[in-house]
Amino acid sequence: MYAQMVKTAGTGVKKPSEMTAQERDFQAKIDRNEKIEPKDWMPDDYRATLIRQIGQHAHSEIVGQLPEGNWITRAPTLERKAILLAKVQDEAGHGLYLYSACETLGVSRDELLDMLHQGKMKYSSIFNYPTLNWADIGAVGWLVDGAAIMNQVQLQKTSYGPYARAMVRICKEESFHQRQGYSIMMKMATGSKAQQAMAQDALNRLWFPSLMMFGPPDKDSVHSAQSMAWRIKINTNDELRQRFVDQTMPQMEYLGLTCPDPSVKWNEDKGGYDYTDPDWDEFFAVLRGNGPCNTERMAARVDAWDNGAWVRDGLMAHANKKAARVAAE
Amino acid sequence: MTNAALTTDEALFQFLLRLGDNTLILSHRVSEWCGHAPVIEEDIALANTALDLIGQTQFWLGLAGEVEGKGRSADQIAYLRDAWDFRNLLLVERPNGDFGKTLMRQFLFDAWQSLMLAKLMKSTNIRIAEIAEKASKEVAYHVERSADTVVGLGDGTPESHARMQTALDDLYPYVGEMFIGDAVDAALVKDGIAPDPASLRNDWDDLVGRVMAEATLTIPQKPFAHVGGKSGTHTEHLGYVLADMQFLQRAYPGAEW
Repeated sequence: MYAQMVKTAGTGVKKPSEMTAQERDFQAKIDRNEKIEPKDWMPDDYRATLIRQIGQHAHSEIVGQLPEGNWITRAPTLERKAILLAKVQDEAGHGLYLYSACETLGVSRDELLDMLHQGKMKYSSIFNYPTLNWADIGAVGWLVDGAAIMNQVQLQKTSYGPYARAMVRICKEESFHQRQGYSIMMKMATGSKAQQAMAQDALNRLWFPSLMMFGPPDKDSVHSAQSMAWRIKINTNDELRQRFVDQTMPQMEYLGLTCPDPSVKWNEDKGGYDYTDPDWDEFFAVLRGNGPCNTERMAARVDAWDNGAWVRDGLMAHANKKAARVAAE
Repeated sequence: MTNAALTTDEALFQFLLRLGDNTLILSHRVSEWCGHAPVIEEDIALANTALDLIGQTQFWLGLAGEVEGKGRSADQIAYLRDAWDFRNLLLVERPNGDFGKTLMRQFLFDAWQSLMLAKLMKSTNIRIAEIAEKASKEVAYHVERSADTVVGLGDGTPESHARMQTALDDLYPYVGEMFIGDAVDAALVKDGIAPDPASLRNDWDDLVGRVMAEATLTIPQKPFAHVGGKSGTHTEHLGYVLADMQFLQRAYPGAEW
């Protein structure tokens, strides 16, 4: 997951008659469900859109270390600490595969990071919310990773080969993450009164931000048609959001927690839950930089990069000296 | 506690706390880096190191609880003791400082731990030998990585060299404690359970000497050593580590997580 509001490059879906022969061949290949590989010809707009989408996804994995890392030193048992460390390590690994997938499109990891640090690229809005109690670590695994999986499962079928293959591995790890989150929620929801209150508090704060992870409603999603034609996106935002609510509500009932959306209700006719959309004004405010943690998250990443410059320079200088010594021998 | 009053099980319990507290506190420090490393590969490596150390902690403190015989689990030992009952080396509770200091601390410890584990693999206590064998595989990787990083940064740019020399100078007074034996050590040496700490010094000096030479760093020629960690007199830093680490267990006694 973690790609929202990715602006699709270009002027919209072209009719076959408006395409060049090369573009028609490209589209036909996608329509036959064949993968596009790095050395294949691709329209510039396809390339640019993928860089935005995969880059945003990679940045989300890296920034996503911060809210979870916030609880590693305070994890309540050695086992919970070990599991959380393993999970956060996985997230950094996902960032690494995704930056590598993005590099096959002709942009370097350093360039992508530079765009993130300058505010020219985004990461998922969800990571601009704080983790305030231990149950948030459970809720992040259950809801945030759950929402991520919903989006990523479909992306295993995306048209760009390196992205699709990265997703296969990432999905396996994410389903472990979701299970560990749910296991924390189970403990909390069946624990002491204080623990139950933590679980409910975490759900109250993270429910609507999790729904925002799928992006704005389809009626306002101006970029979808071309991305879907290119199979960079397989399902619409609302389809995925509905699927997420349908999957999550029975789990919430099993936990005995109360949905912060009082109007959520099973609708027999549509075979899914009716629910209230999140506050889209809040969503857009967070994207503009006005979420609770935007400033801190960006400052943490920029500081990590700037304070680490001497390390990268030092290791590079050493590698060059070593290469020069080998060459001189 | 005098030498005469120390039974083998009491000494063994103290020794296992030392091993487990070293890995627990160092893991805590390393995990403070999460999401803040200079490059993603280092974020992954730091989390991986912290994770290995927690795994080792579970073994050492778990065995400590068994030896103690009062029914305490590894979690209860980790989360429900105060600072004066911790037995880790002062070195591992030193604050992280910059990335270079974190990796210097790691290397100084890894070098010692790899030698200690090699001896413990031959311990007459089979449980200790088994844990040491498992941990030594992880530590072989830790020492390789921390040594490479110390060399890369020591022999890197003038800035990275200067930072690594400062790190070594600042941390060196915490090295000596690793090699100073006491009654606990003596009781275990006698039964072939653990080595005399002083016996590790020459090999450690050789290993660290080779790495520092390659890193173009100068080992301080000051024998002064801060001591206290092994017997429970810590620096001011440990209290804050524990306040963080033990918060939930202390605030919600008896809860299951």
